[in-house]
Order: sequence, then C-alpha cells, then structure tokens
Amino acid sequence: MLGYFVKRTLQSLLTLFIVVTAVFLMLRLMPEEGYFEATAGVDRLTIEQQEAILRAMGLRDPIHVQLGNFYRNLFRGDLGTSIIFRPHVPITEIIAERIPFSATLGLAAISISLTVGIPLGAGMALYKGKMLDRIGTFFIVIMIAVPAVIYHLLIQLYVTDWLSLPMLFNERRPESWILPILSLSIAGIASYAMWMRRFMVDELNKDYVKLARAKGQKSQKIMMFHVFRNSFVPVVQFIPASILFTIAGSIFVESLYSIPGMGGLLVQVIQRQDNPLVQALVLIYTCLGVFGMLLGDIAMAIVDPRIKFAKKGGAR
Amino acid sequence: MFFFKKKFEDLTENILEKTEDLSDKELFELASYDPDSAERVAYSDYSYWRSTFRVFLKSRVAFGLLCLMVFVIIFALIQPYLPNQRDPIEIFINPETGRQFRNVPPGEEGFFFGSNNIGQDLWARIWSATRTSLFIAFAVASVDVTFGILIGALWGYVRALDRIITEIYNVFNNVPNTIVLVLFTYVMSPGIRTMIIAMCVIGWIHMARFIRNQIVIIRDREYNLASRCLGTGTFRIIIKNLLPYLVSVIMMRMALSIPGTISSEVFLTYIGLGLPIDTPSLGNLLNEGRLRMMSPTQRYQLWFPLAVISMITISFYVMGNAFADAADPKNHV
Repeated sequence: MLGYFVKRTLQSLLTLFIVVTAVFLMLRLMPEEGYFEATAGVDRLTIEQQEAILRAMGLRDPIHVQLGNFYRNLFRGDLGTSIIFRPHVPITEIIAERIPFSATLGLAAISISLTVGIPLGAGMALYKGKMLDRIGTFFIVIMIAVPAVIYHLLIQLYVTDWLSLPMLFNERRPESWILPILSLSIAGIASYAMWMRRFMVDELNKDYVKLARAKGQKSQKIMMFHVFRNSFVPVVQFIPASILFTIAGSIFVESLYSIPGMGGLLVQVIQRQDNPLVQALVLIYTCLGVFGMLLGDIAMAIVDPRIKFAKKGGAR
Repeated sequence: MFFFKKKFEDLTENILEKTEDLSDKELFELASYDPDSAERVAYSDYSYWRSTFRVFLKSRVAFGLLCLMVFVIIFALIQPYLPNQRDPIEIFINPETGRQFRNVPPGEEGFFFGSNNIGQDLWARIWSATRTSLFIAFAVASVDVTFGILIGALWGYVRALDRIITEIYNVFNNVPNTIVLVLFTYVMSPGIRTMIIAMCVIGWIHMARFIRNQIVIIRDREYNLASRCLGTGTFRIIIKNLLPYLVSVIMMRMALSIPGTISSEVFLTYIGLGLPIDTPSLGNLLNEGRLRMMSPTQRYQLWFPLAVISMITISFYVMGNAFADAADPKNHV
C-alpha cells in the first residue's frame, strides 16, 4: 500500500513538472507587449528601450537558462511581479490577499454539495421511479447539460430580487456569501446525486441484497448497512473531479459576484494580458487539480481495500 | 415459444400443400442443392440497427428532441438563403433619423428577435451563432473520435503498447481540463481554429481511454480468438471485428460531447477568450446579452440566446442517453 502511495505521488509530481514546463514554454510564445507596463506604453518606447527592458527581465536569455531561472525562483516561492494589473507588486502578495475568499467559497461549496447531494442521490435510488426520483433526474439533466454560466446568471438575476440579497459581493455584509456559495454548490449537488443514485441502483440488483431480503432483514437496515456503504465507495472517487468542477465554477462565480478571489483575478488578468500573473494563477490551479486527484485516489485506496495495488497501472 | 411453434406449423403446412400437387415420381426425385433454401430455416429477421431505432423511437421525448434538432440544424443551414433574411454582422441604420437601430424590441421594425445595442439583427445573429457553435461542436467531436479510435484501438488491442500509453494517460489525466482550455486559447490568437484545437488537445485522450476500455472487454472473445488463430492481421481484426461492435457507443459519446463543447465555448467566451466579436457564436451572444441584462426591457437579448443554448444542450444530452439505452442489445425485444 505504501508503495502505491509513493508511486502515485511520483506520478503527480511528474505531471506537475510537465505541466509547469509546458505552461512556461507556451507563455513565452505570447506577444511581448504583455511585458510592458500600461503606464509606460509600448508605442512610446523606442525599439532599443524595449529590448533593454526585455533583456533586464531575462527574456532575451536562451530558453533553457530562462527555464532554469524560473524553477530556481519557483522553489524559493518567488512567482515574479505583476506587470500590468498592479505594477511591481510581487505576485505572491497579490494572491495571498485573495486565497481566503477563494478557499472559504470553495470549501463551503464542496461541503454543501456533499451533504446535500449524497442524501439526495440515496433518496432517489430508494424511491426509484417515484416523484422524488423524477424531480431529481430532471434537475440533474438540466444541471449537467446546460452550461454553468446560464444558471449562474439566472440565479444572480432572479434569486437576488426574490430574496432581496445584494447582487454583488460585499465584505461587510455576510449575507452576500449566500448566493455565490449556493451557485457554486448546485452543480456539485447534481453530480454527487447522479453518481450516488447510479451506484446504489447497481448495488440494489446484486445477489447479496436479495439474500439479505430473503433472510428477512428490514429494508431500511439493508439500505443503511449494505447498500449505502458499498455504493459510497465509488463515489469517493468523484470527489477530486468535483474539486476540479469547483475550480472551473469558482472562476465564473467569483467574477460574476466580483468576489476578490483568485478566479475573479484570473478573468481580470486574462483580459488585461498580464502574463506573469496568468502564469502564476494557471500554476496554482494546476497544483490544486493535481493535488485533488492525488487525494481522491489515496482516499479511494483507503476506503476500498479491494483495490489491487500491484496491478493498478495495467489492470484498470 | 408459442411464436416459434406457430411458425413451425405454418412451415410444415406449406410443405404439405406443395407436395400434394406433385406426382409420385416427382416426389422421389433427388432435390438439387439450393443455398437459399438451406438458409431459410436459420434466418431470423433481427437487425441490430432496426431494433436500436425501434427502441429509440419508443422514448417519445428523445424522438421529439431528435426531430427538433434535425429541424434546427437544417434551418440553421438554409436560413441565409431564405428570402428577407438580414446579414448577421451588418449594422442597420434607421433611414429617418440616420441613427442605428439600437435595442429595438422583438417584432418591431422587421427585427423578428429585436436588435442588439449596435443595431444588428438578433434573429440572423442567433442562426449564424448556432451554425458556428454546432460546427465547432461537430468538428471537435469528429477530431476526438478519429484520434480516439486510432489511439484507443491500438491501446486496447496491442498489449505491448498498453503499459506505455496507460502511463502517459495517467500523467495527462491529472491536469484540469479547464486550465488546458484557458492556456491554449490564451496563447493562440482567437478564432474558430484555436477553439477547436484547444478543445481537442485534451478531448481525444478521454475518448481513447473510453474506446480502449471497450476493446479490452471484447478483444478476447472467442470470435476474435478464432480470427487470430486463422492468421488475421491486427488491423483487419480491429477494423472488421472490433470497431463495428463499438459504433453505437461511439455515436453515443459523440452526442454527449456536444453539450460539453458548447459549454466550454460559453465558458471561454465569458472569461474573455472566446471568438472575435465579429464572429457570432452562442457564447458571444450570451455574453452580449449578459451586459444588457440589468435593464428589464432589454433582457430579451439575454433570453433568446439562453433559450437556444439550453435547448441544444439539453436535447443532445437526452438524445445521447436515450440512444445509449437503445443501443444496448439487452433492451431489444
């Protein structure tokens, strides 16, 4: 088991290395205007001045030297400085201010989607074909098929009116957290409910459930002790995927409600083409994703003792 | 069982009727070999595709949505050639005032769906956008399927490649999809081609894995074993024995990938990495509508694209799932 953890962690590190290098190299292909401050203005500088600035930033070095410098700085925790968004401010500082907002939003959304989605899915499987199941299926189809932007927009447009909540996020008004968290958790609720229902329905048709019924056990007891526990195991696998969903969702929701978090920042700096900041945010989101997948696989291995560690790579 | 019994009785009756007309001599002549009549008893009129289609038609919702989508696609294609259609990117100017037709409500001044805030015709824009977005969706689905089948078939069938490709897959599977999309569209210049490339970069690998898993399930069935023993080459086995079996699941995956592609397009447009403004796409229209949504009289600019996007994505999702059920031989009667 330990061997599996080590192997899986190494795999994640390899992924990170490849992605970080790829991100760095790809952003070097960008037009170089992204490296000049807006206040200085590219057009007002002569070619020589532009070259001098680029050389001072190390952008005229050979690419492997640049890559080496980049990694050296990365290990020291230095992500460079912002150029356009807030000139000369270290990126770590900009991002550190924003992490609490993103973390609160993401964690609250994930915990709500777990606590609502899993019971909803279980309930749908229990009353399969009944009213709850139909309404739930309808909800899931809409949530999964329709682009997230659409229902986030509708929630912002109509629910704010209806509950007279503030339309934009305001740090001093705690009730303005409600709608962003609700919007962000709603997709998670749908996906957890879908998987939970599917696995429970699969599990209900298995022989051991029939045996338990034949022995005369009560239906609820079978559900609680056998079916729910066994179908919860594969759902664990989807927790990291939902972390990735939450990442994508938080980019929308944060910029929609102008929450000063990382997702909103990403949208702003993409529109203003602040290369170093885009690079830093993409790296952070990649790390989050890779780390989430790693945690999911490890959690899966702990919860489900039947996983064969030796053959994991080939046998899947 | 009853059905078969009845068929058998019919058959014997038929034979008896025929023999009655024959004389004794003709009855005892040797019959000539006729391959058709030899096959006749073994013949069953089960056809996979016909049964699939029949089961699919049983789900009325899915069938209705299929008709709707066929209509939408055909109409989107012929719409520019119909009479009285306006150009989707032309800005219309009111001849009386000399100003643009800004935010004309639906139905007035010949704007069937109204006009947007610079005086373009929303009706024409929506159909043009539907064409663009569906083109992107189908292009991405076809590229994914082509590469997915190519790599997935080799991955599943050739054992020597299995380990290598699985390791590569494990590395790439960890990267968040959204980030790849954002990165590619950010680095390349905006356009339909960029959008398609960015979505295919990560899409094909999931398709390949899906096809690989399907092939692993069927590759060691007896008929494949027999083929291999008879000396059939790898490519022939893949093309003749394995892929026909997978056509239905591949079609299902294609149908289900279309809502995903449209969602990604809307997402990328929202964060400012979408198509250029002069190319109407569903994401662009939604974004334009979003900027107008605060004034209730102009909210139609949000509602029309929103309704079209929801209709298309939900239809393809429901159709894909209904098709998945219909393609499963267990559900055939």
